[in-house]
Amino acid sequence: MNKVWAIIKKDIITELRTKELFSSMLVFALLVIVIFNFAFGFSAELLDLAAPAMLWISFTFAGVLGLSRSFALEKEGDAIIGMLLTPTDRSLIYAGKMISNTIFVFLVGLLMVPMFILFFNYNFLSTLVPLIPVIFLGSIGFVSVGTLFSAMALNTKLREVMLPILLFPIIIPVIVSAVKLSEQVLDGNSLLAASFSLKLLVSFDIIFLTACAVIFEYVIDES
Amino acid sequence: MMRRILFVLAFIGIIASVYAAFIYAPTEPQMGHIQRIFYFHMGTVWVATVAFIIVFIASIIYLWKGTRKWDILAYCSAEIGVLFLTLTIITGSVWAKPIWGTWWTWDPQLTTTFILWILYIVYLVLRSSAGNDTKKAKYAAVFAIIAFIDLPLVYLSVRVMRGISPVVFGPGGGGIAPEMMNALLINMAACTLLFIVLLLERIDLERMKDAVAKLKLSQN
Repeated sequence: MNKVWAIIKKDIITELRTKELFSSMLVFALLVIVIFNFAFGFSAELLDLAAPAMLWISFTFAGVLGLSRSFALEKEGDAIIGMLLTPTDRSLIYAGKMISNTIFVFLVGLLMVPMFILFFNYNFLSTLVPLIPVIFLGSIGFVSVGTLFSAMALNTKLREVMLPILLFPIIIPVIVSAVKLSEQVLDGNSLLAASFSLKLLVSFDIIFLTACAVIFEYVIDES
Repeated sequence: MMRRILFVLAFIGIIASVYAAFIYAPTEPQMGHIQRIFYFHMGTVWVATVAFIIVFIASIIYLWKGTRKWDILAYCSAEIGVLFLTLTIITGSVWAKPIWGTWWTWDPQLTTTFILWILYIVYLVLRSSAGNDTKKAKYAAVFAIIAFIDLPLVYLSVRVMRGISPVVFGPGGGGIAPEMMNALLINMAACTLLFIVLLLERIDLERMKDAVAKLKLSQN
């Protein structure tokens, strides 16, 4: 547990000193929302229908932006080799990177959602509170696979371009169920109105957290 | 010798399946002749399914054992699977245009098939873009496993999105004539034979590539 914590702490300290990852993710997410607004021509009915999808598209796009940086930082100065040389189980490295990535992505979501609610005139408290667990489960879902793939994508010729291509088809269940859940919340219903989506999202998280933790060691070996 | 026999069998099988689909099978009363494309549709989708299951199993064994031959099997099978799935989608579209009045609808089965197709194209892209051979093989295997685990979830989620709509379209809708069943089975058998022949040829090609690479190395 100490080892996992050490990795998380290292990532948080780096981020606190540079602040580049966090701010770029947040700005990007907001920009996507703004662009959507222009694309939909500010029409009120259309925005209502499209709001959950907008939230999740901007959130996942921003998340991918952050994920691709996460291992790029390790690669610079070959920090990853140092990490691999320590007597640590590979799945612990995965756990550390995964948790720190989730923290960043989740924080971006936490800051983004209030602005989103303000922009589109939703009821603040009644939507914000149930949206937080959705954002949390969604972040875990796409970061679990995303951490694995970002380690992979870095070693390919296409590098950062590869990550979204690998990741988006896989996380379709996350996006679909999260959009369904957000739709219910924004309509003023409780999360349980889409209980099947909730189950789907949770099972995706569990399945891929375990699968990726097991598989990670095959990806990271510097052979 | 074995290879030649298989090749001849596959050749005969394809001829027989064309005969079975176009002449032997009766015309479906409601859809008419267009229904005949269904035999090829089912044959190719069956092969694609088998091919992707092979990719999944071979990838697991490759990660476990690390021998090159399993990687070759996974790669070749994925390539042929994509080919057959493309044919499935095309034949399905051609059938859907007169019957459903559209080339494409976003119903759960079609959407899942489309995502499946994209996943394995990504698999091939990943292979062509990953660096050296072992890395390429490992990454591809990892992706194949993740993609395969993902598929049931994709199917469920697509059903959620569309609201669960029961789209049951078996060959010919409800009751199916025995001749139709026979034609279907002949087609599936022929496609399977064709798949085996293609797979063996493709594996040979990959082995030859390895041999050439080895020769080049020893020359330097």
